[in-house]
Amino acid sequence: MGENIRFHFDVDGDDFSSAGAASVEVKKQLRKLGFSPDVIRRVAIAMYEGEINMVIHADGGTVDVEVGDEDITMILSDRGPGIADVEKAMQEGFSTARDNIRSLGFGAGMGLPNMKKYTDDMKIETALGLGTTVIMKVNV
Amino acid sequence: MKIGEIKELLSAEVLCGEDQLECQVYSACSSDMMSDVLAFVKDQAVLLTGLVNPQVIRTAEMMDMKCVVFVRKKVPGEDIVELARDSGIVLMRSDLRMFEACGILYSAGLKGHEKGGN
Repeated sequence: MGENIRFHFDVDGDDFSSAGAASVEVKKQLRKLGFSPDVIRRVAIAMYEGEINMVIHADGGTVDVEVGDEDITMILSDRGPGIADVEKAMQEGFSTARDNIRSLGFGAGMGLPNMKKYTDDMKIETALGLGTTVIMKVNV
Repeated sequence: MKIGEIKELLSAEVLCGEDQLECQVYSACSSDMMSDVLAFVKDQAVLLTGLVNPQVIRTAEMMDMKCVVFVRKKVPGEDIVELARDSGIVLMRSDLRMFEACGILYSAGLKGHEKGGN
């Protein structure tokens, strides 16, 4: 096959209502490329959760998606506060989101566990005060 | 169950997707927490919620849902209706409360998870 297909998105941290727009776009593109509904859904959900996290916690960031022969890789980077305790953040139900976020339907502490659940591989690189990068892969 | 039957059972107003009322759905879920919808839902085609914001539609789209029903007399803004239209999702609103709306649909045969596709 030819070169891998790449997508880049800037996620706006100020606008909760537009959060997820990049995931919707990726979903559309993957449909056009003919991937199975299961793969498309897993990529879309994992990326959507990541996008929401960036808006809630990190004032936005960037998403890079690379579509390869064997897997789809998503790299979500932000310059937010970083994650103090990654192990704790991975626990279902643990959330540091403020109450106003819960009133928007998020902040149940399911984001990171969900991202892990829907992907085949997930790595978190984080530094307090500097930001977080989450790298996820879904096998195709 | 046809989406049109959901409209009748819930005395709902269809806000977009009128052309898909003949479409069949087999299962539904209800939540005001989109985080939980993303975490626990699998193959449910209908979402009942009292939460009104664009993320409801995006969540439904991520989960490949066909229909969203706003309960408790909630009225979504035109931006939300537009988003649903673009995503090909049927959008409705009902005056019923969540518990009643779910009970009516469940009693009429719409289940919490898909079984055998009938």
